[in-house]
Amino acid sequence: MSGQNTALLARIGFVLALCLLLAISSSAFLTTNNLLNVLRQASLVFLIASGLTLVILTAGIDLSVGANVGLSACLCAVVLKASGSILLAVVAGLSCGAVIGLANSLFIVLLAIPPFIATYGMLWIVNGITYKLMSGTTIEGFPPGFRFIGSGYWLGIPVPIYLMLGFFAAGALFARHTRHGRELFAIGANPVAARLSGIPVRARLILVYTVCGAMAGLAGLVYLARLNSAEADIGDPMLLPAVAAVLVGGTSLFGGLGGLSGTLIGAVIVTLVLNGMNLMSVSTNWQPMITSIILLGAVLTDTLVRRHAEGAAK
Amino acid sequence: MDQRGPALNAAAPLPGPLLAPLLELCAVSKQFPGVKALDKVSLEIYPGEVHMVLGQNGAGKSSLMKVLYGAYHADEGEIRLRGERVRIASPSDARRLGIAIISQEFTLVPHLNLAQNIFLGRQPVGRFIGKIDHATMHRRARELLDALGLSEDTMTPAHKLGVAQQQLVEIAKALSQNARVLVMDEPSSALSDHEVEKLFGVIRRLQSEGVAIIYISHRMAEVFQLGDRITVLRDGRRVASLLPSETTPQDLVKMMIGRSVDAGYRTRFCAEPGAALLEVRGLCAANGTKDVSLVVRAGEIVGLSGLVGSGRSELVRAIFGADTVTGGELELFGAAYRPEPAEAVRRGLALVPESRKQEGLLMIHGVADNLIAAGLKILFPRGWYRAGVARRAALALIARMKIATPNPERVVKTLSGGNQQKVVIGKWLCAQSRCFIFDEPTRGIDVGAKAEIFALIEQLVDAGSAVLMISSELPEIVALCDRSYVMREGRIVGELARDELSEANILHLAMHPESGHGEHGGHAEHVH
Repeated sequence: MSGQNTALLARIGFVLALCLLLAISSSAFLTTNNLLNVLRQASLVFLIASGLTLVILTAGIDLSVGANVGLSACLCAVVLKASGSILLAVVAGLSCGAVIGLANSLFIVLLAIPPFIATYGMLWIVNGITYKLMSGTTIEGFPPGFRFIGSGYWLGIPVPIYLMLGFFAAGALFARHTRHGRELFAIGANPVAARLSGIPVRARLILVYTVCGAMAGLAGLVYLARLNSAEADIGDPMLLPAVAAVLVGGTSLFGGLGGLSGTLIGAVIVTLVLNGMNLMSVSTNWQPMITSIILLGAVLTDTLVRRHAEGAAK
Repeated sequence: MDQRGPALNAAAPLPGPLLAPLLELCAVSKQFPGVKALDKVSLEIYPGEVHMVLGQNGAGKSSLMKVLYGAYHADEGEIRLRGERVRIASPSDARRLGIAIISQEFTLVPHLNLAQNIFLGRQPVGRFIGKIDHATMHRRARELLDALGLSEDTMTPAHKLGVAQQQLVEIAKALSQNARVLVMDEPSSALSDHEVEKLFGVIRRLQSEGVAIIYISHRMAEVFQLGDRITVLRDGRRVASLLPSETTPQDLVKMMIGRSVDAGYRTRFCAEPGAALLEVRGLCAANGTKDVSLVVRAGEIVGLSGLVGSGRSELVRAIFGADTVTGGELELFGAAYRPEPAEAVRRGLALVPESRKQEGLLMIHGVADNLIAAGLKILFPRGWYRAGVARRAALALIARMKIATPNPERVVKTLSGGNQQKVVIGKWLCAQSRCFIFDEPTRGIDVGAKAEIFALIEQLVDAGSAVLMISSELPEIVALCDRSYVMREGRIVGELARDELSEANILHLAMHPESGHGEHGGHAEHVH
């Protein structure tokens, strides 16, 4: 456990160093506006990454979260325009996300399709539905009551930041302080041993993929409320930063190790990097590449640390 | 070195045929941590002989085989081929020297055809660089298969063949590499009587061509039917090499058992078993368990013996719900029970699996997390995890089980085998289990830890739990169990009460085909 605390401190140090670097190189960085903007962006990444963290803790993956954000947002927009009811639209968006997650889990649990393939297939199924739903149109202009969840402020702080902190607290409580949460770590460490210890592995997997889907749905709503416009491809750039946030946050791609505090920091790091690239006018063509390099670096570190630990064990 | 080599090792009790030995093992030893797998084993194999190798589980048969084909490196001793010392550092060395192995698991690639399988990696190449000469390959494959009496088309994919036919293809593959020594590991175990006859025909033909065959067997009948010479191994040592005419099945069984090993005897056996805690009637499962009925009562240690591959692990996996059950009735603590791991754990059934790393432990997690893994529901009935409760429970178990760990957070991967096994057992104590299934509980752990684990098993039954224990170490079964079931080919073939429980009786039941398999039962006589 002390090793994990050290790793967490190292990440916080990395965040501070990154901030210092950005503050030196760009005068626009250390402004209240920009910092709040960074955190608001980070909150979007975190909402997706939080559910994904639970999935990755079980040694799974969900590649459909970006597509999920897109469909949930678009469906919400369509329902909002058609019915005018914010409640109905929010329920539609969240259920859409949860159903996609549930479908993922059923492919994985009932049909025994590896998570990577099941959710990669789901990515394109969901994208197809979104394109069909939107058929090339853009839906714009939503009521202020709805826009509040994405672009509103409370006590001078953007609403999504409260969402981030609220879901961080809930997620961390679930993962660390409930029986079901602990079971996820056991499943990720060794699904066979977990099953033979009486842990209902299938039920837990259904739970985490559904929660992950619902969180992506929520992120879709927040994003929609902030953009105030929906297009079929709005979720596309979401997958990479979310996966990067989880892995940079120290949750192991091989399952069983990690947690949400790491992911919170990971989301901030990834957003800072993206923000820094914008401030330094790095072309958007390069940005995904640089994010990927950071992601690969995080996975490499994880692999090396594991190998070192295994070597020490022998 | 003399080209013909010494005709006989001084330790060999028998002259072979008038030829020089083809293959000699001279005082070969192989040491693993805590166990001497081979202890100065010498063996001479003559061209054209079928040399039967017998021994209990763990006697050193597999290690011997692995040394011969380069999977293990002998620590001491040497191997000579036609009198010349050779080094077998890898399977490809063995192949080059003409030593081939037909193991129980076939190595054919399922979707490649027979010719491709036979010449895998050594396809005949035409004049153009890298161009496989398919015509030659299929023609040569045809010749090889014809010689073995297999009429299948060489274009047939391997997976379409039955076990017996696949085995012949394996033999063809070995012969295509000019194998002069063929090591066969229980080749008849998966064959029908008719197929066995055919296999024996093939073996006799190979023999007449001067191929030497090392035949590892568990079946007494075929030892006498086929063998030219017999070598018995026990505890990694060669006990004897003799001619079939010089011995009897009874003598061989005695040699395989030898003197009993110090297993730490149980202090008192169960005089009056309590209620039936686990009762199984007519259990069948997809993993090969066939119509098994058994009962385990409170206060009893019940053995489950049988040779490796007799279906013991499969049976207990089916009972625990780890593998799919297809039929039968089960009762746990007097109430009907449908096998399913979560249900089993909830009701108080525990499985200490054969492979603790793959199935028992969360290797990357700490001792405490492992100890509470099966007891989460009992420790935290309301669903809230409390670190203090978990830690106290873990510390209590660490003390009770004498688990050597600096702290409860220590990653289990870093513990010794014995301590790891204690963690697995501790997990079930935390889950408050009352009926325990142990699958090879002492595998890979040192003598001290073994004794502790036996003492623990004894404590469990003294406290009114029931234990079903699989062990390939017959002395363990004899020393510890109140009675024992014996399995063969997925079925229970007998039950031995405490006063009948001996290694000889177990081996007898485990090795001799029951009535109905009379063809191989010619030498089946009671040992006692």
